[in-house]
Amino acid sequence: MATHPAAVSPQPAHEEHLTSTGLDNVKMAMWAFLGSECLFFGSFISTYLLYRNRTNGGPDPAHIYDIPFTSVSSFVLLMSSLTMVLALAAIQRGDERGMRTWLFATAFLGMTFIGGQIYEFTTFYEEGLKLTTSPFGSSFFVLTGFHGAHVSVGILMLLALVGMSLAGRLSQADARKVELVGLYWHFVDIVWIVIFTVIYLVPTE
Amino acid sequence: MATAALQQPRRSIFARPTATTGWYSWVTTVDHKKIGIMYGVTAFIFFLLGGLEALAIRAQLAVPNGEVLTAEVYNQFFTMHGVTMIFLVVMPMGVAFFNYFAPLMIGARDVAFPRLNALSYWIFLFGGIFIYSSFFLGGAPDGGWFGYAPLSTQAGQDAASGLADRGMDFYAVGLQFLGIASLAGAVNFIVTILNMRAPGMTLMRMPVFIWMTLVVSFLLLFAMPIIAVALFELMFDRLFGTRFFAASAGGDPILWQHLFWLFGHPEVYILILPAMGIVSEVLPTFSRKPIFGYAAVVFAGAAIGFMGWGVWAHHMFAAGLGPVANSAFALSTMFIAVPTGVKIFNWIGTMWGGSLRFTTSMMFSIGFIAMFIIGGLSGVTHAIVPHDAQQTDTYYVVAHFHYVLFGGALFGIMSGFYYWWPKIFGHRLSEKIGKWNFWLWFIGFNLTFGPMHIVGLQGMPRRIYTYPDGMGWNVWNMMETVGSFMIAVATLIFLFNVAVSRRKGREEAGADPWDARTLEWSIPSPPPEYNFAEVPVVTHRDEFWHRKYFVGPGKTVEPVFSGGAVDHSEHAEHDGGHHIHLPSPSYFPVVAAFGMLVSAYAVIFALPAVAIGILIMTLGFFGWVFEPGTAE
Amino acid sequence: MELLKRLSASGRRLLLGVVVTAFAVVASACDTNVGPQDYLSPEGPVARKADGLWDLTFGIAVAIFVIVEALLVYTIIRFRRRPGREAAQFHGNTKLEVILTLIPTLILAGLAVPTVKAIADLSDKPEGALNVTVTAKQFWWQYEYPDAGVVTANEMHVPTGQPVYLTLEGADVIHSFWIPKLTGKQDVVPGRKNNMYFVADRPGTYWGQCTEFCGLSHANMRLRVIAQEPADFEQWLAEQQEPAAGTVSGAAAQGQEIFMGTCVNCHAIGGTEARGTTGPDLTHFASRETFAGSMFRNTPDNLKRWIDNPPGVKPGAQMPDYGLSAQEIDAVVAFLQTLK
Repeated sequence: MATHPAAVSPQPAHEEHLTSTGLDNVKMAMWAFLGSECLFFGSFISTYLLYRNRTNGGPDPAHIYDIPFTSVSSFVLLMSSLTMVLALAAIQRGDERGMRTWLFATAFLGMTFIGGQIYEFTTFYEEGLKLTTSPFGSSFFVLTGFHGAHVSVGILMLLALVGMSLAGRLSQADARKVELVGLYWHFVDIVWIVIFTVIYLVPTE
Repeated sequence: MATAALQQPRRSIFARPTATTGWYSWVTTVDHKKIGIMYGVTAFIFFLLGGLEALAIRAQLAVPNGEVLTAEVYNQFFTMHGVTMIFLVVMPMGVAFFNYFAPLMIGARDVAFPRLNALSYWIFLFGGIFIYSSFFLGGAPDGGWFGYAPLSTQAGQDAASGLADRGMDFYAVGLQFLGIASLAGAVNFIVTILNMRAPGMTLMRMPVFIWMTLVVSFLLLFAMPIIAVALFELMFDRLFGTRFFAASAGGDPILWQHLFWLFGHPEVYILILPAMGIVSEVLPTFSRKPIFGYAAVVFAGAAIGFMGWGVWAHHMFAAGLGPVANSAFALSTMFIAVPTGVKIFNWIGTMWGGSLRFTTSMMFSIGFIAMFIIGGLSGVTHAIVPHDAQQTDTYYVVAHFHYVLFGGALFGIMSGFYYWWPKIFGHRLSEKIGKWNFWLWFIGFNLTFGPMHIVGLQGMPRRIYTYPDGMGWNVWNMMETVGSFMIAVATLIFLFNVAVSRRKGREEAGADPWDARTLEWSIPSPPPEYNFAEVPVVTHRDEFWHRKYFVGPGKTVEPVFSGGAVDHSEHAEHDGGHHIHLPSPSYFPVVAAFGMLVSAYAVIFALPAVAIGILIMTLGFFGWVFEPGTAE
Repeated sequence: MELLKRLSASGRRLLLGVVVTAFAVVASACDTNVGPQDYLSPEGPVARKADGLWDLTFGIAVAIFVIVEALLVYTIIRFRRRPGREAAQFHGNTKLEVILTLIPTLILAGLAVPTVKAIADLSDKPEGALNVTVTAKQFWWQYEYPDAGVVTANEMHVPTGQPVYLTLEGADVIHSFWIPKLTGKQDVVPGRKNNMYFVADRPGTYWGQCTEFCGLSHANMRLRVIAQEPADFEQWLAEQQEPAAGTVSGAAAQGQEIFMGTCVNCHAIGGTEARGTTGPDLTHFASRETFAGSMFRNTPDNLKRWIDNPPGVKPGAQMPDYGLSAQEIDAVVAFLQTLK
């Protein structure tokens, strides 16, 4: 096996032009994964819709949601998509410092959103809506909790990008990595728009 | 993943392993062929385990009031038989063939994400071990492979059910685990097939097997997240006291059924389509003809993939969904039979006018068609809702899906073994022993599952560990048990064939032992690590056939004179300036998968320890991202 | 036979396999009334309606089976490899493919019409029906006749010729109610109310059992439907409405004492202090032919074995072993026998 001619030449940095469809492999994989995620959140949202009026004698949606508060934290999350776009634009024109700034801003907005979610969960617990209270409580906490987990993973990836950039390992040629994290981040934001609409804005019986 | 900074080789903890032989090379490999073999071997071992469970079940049911198994063990065995055969045998067997042959058939040197591929395998292996370890940790899952709530949430938490303590925890966490492997594999194969095709390999020139792989990958991509949600809800109900399926708090057990079958019916096609793909490769080769109606076969496969999403509630005709829903799902269920029928006709059309060679592989493929017709027809009878209310949950249904999944999927997989064995290992399996294998398997299969139609129609329910005398079921049950042991003997004959063919006077296969049609036969057997010395340029469907033959005047098949259609590895070795990049082996997939295994045990036994698993996983992925692109 | 001789050995064997399978499937349809749960010999209009659809579908399926398998067998014999004959190289035949797609579509459309019609017919609530509420528990059945105020277990008495309209309520896990000769299954789902109805044409005892996996003794969760002439049924119902027999003496009195100290927690006996609801109502226990999910015939010996160790003779049974002595068990059995 030692005679085979493999593993001698360096790997080409970018393989986009080599694929059959012309699309980048990693980007296509990310799109496929996000397609799968749609079904994941779709199933939890369906569960919530089925259960939102099944309160088992506990708090009901109309009384427990603080819509102004959640609207503000939703706005914060939406703004993070804008800063994500700015981060990508920065690295694409070679502005590494600008990219770090915007990436950090994105992560910060994400953390603000998570902070809001923690506050909201705590308030709900104090008002008597727990994970185990009712099908409504279970489906609310699990749906929004899984979304929060997705945001948190996104924050970790953003901070990792900042770290890589500080270590000098994220140059203009690696803009694709920022783009990939951006795809994920925008997806998580869009899912939140759906969740916010379905949970907080659609009136219950 | 290579960055500019990493192109300078340097020794570090991230150095990539380089071994190409020995056990270490298997643990760190990212070669799709080695991973394919590991998938196949692992799935076969699970097949033997699932088969032993089946034999124990048949021994218990051979006579009325059987006393071989207790109710407790019986419930664990029938649950694990289903879980094993579906998630640990037929699915990974399909993946084994995808892994080994998808790159070869599209003219690629590897899959799009070799390390992700290794990760999928290790997660699958650890997931299987995880679920089986439950036998030693308080009892295996025993709420059925379908895990209907609230029995599955009650099990182990209420002494009344008498079920094992943590069995269904292992079920919920273990299937979640396996789902991750399937999802990663699906993404990998979608990108590989769409993006890694050789020049000229347009979508409509792809072998049917590749098309079926693509359809299955999309089904997995969209079905796995649904079962993931169902399993999370089940797991949280069991471990954290959520109320998803607790009727007393207003939860609805029917939700589980919707989510489960919304995954579960596409899953049926995930199981059968790979076998259909294999049969669609084997029949043309041994008929010396192109497949009949290529476009129709491909579109029928895709149509099954789409329609498979609209039939799930036919598993729930007795659940009380109401006449409108029942009628709608009766119609969709009937009409999904049409694309299936199209495939049957196309396979017969492929043989029609051909010159058929009855190799063992061909016989398994023909057996597939013959048995699948029966399974398909009994499937149509399930769509007759008022009578399905009689058939459902009886042995008639057990007969039906074994004709589809055993008579279908497993016959297809056996056909694939005999067909591709020479390519993978360089020698053929004995045809003589193979014929014994086929006939015993075929007769044993029909003896086992044929009578199940009859006892089913005589009112024998599924999942009962015992039945009284005088129900009219005795003769058939005994017949089934005898048949199941014939299948066991046939399986041993297969293993014997594997052993014998390897040792004594092995028949060296050469590159193209069957005079076959697709690209994998254009390279040596076993294929070199880099697959293709030169990336092939494709100009036809059945490319390799067209390099060997052309259809002359008068529709006769004439050989192409240049003769050397087979690529020889000398090409590569003599080609001084041409270097083939191959992905280097990596430690990190197995490390990351191990972290997941630790987390899985932690979820059940010591929740805080999940942190340890996540830490190991994170280290694995960290190393994954930062290891150099190639070995030094 | 000339043709058979010309077959290759493998072709002959395949043919044999196909014929054996075909025979087995056909035999299953022709074999009538071969067991108490055989649903190809219906005894009431609901089951008969389903059976009529089956006969139609099965006939078509057998015809398709014979045609397609024969075509397959013919193909593999006719086109087996022979010296001097080359495979014809063609890729398809659009016209043929369209026809072969249309034929099954039309057949299925033809089957769809009576199917949907039957679904609609069976979903209507019948008029003049007897109402019975069925509650399924691990691992036995409770039947309540709300209009008569009668509660019984495992054996459902019904009048012949009159529709019986069931309301199915789940208590613990999902079960499924099934009397093969009278009607198909309907799941009993906790938190939901499902309905079904059936009619028994003739007096007789019809067997059934739970068909949704429900735990350890799923196999032992059986039931009986006892159809009686309307007059006999009315008499049975009147007897069931009576409270249990009054004073008892001898061993039965001792048994009654034990019962009222122990069994009373779960069991009810009409007209006494016993009002437990976890286990079956035993008011007229002695009038039943079977007990414990119709698993055992109601004989003193079976009762003694049962009371001695319920989970021992029926896995997962929720009735505990109270450690009664043999003499005490005899007394309890003697008491139970008085509950006519």
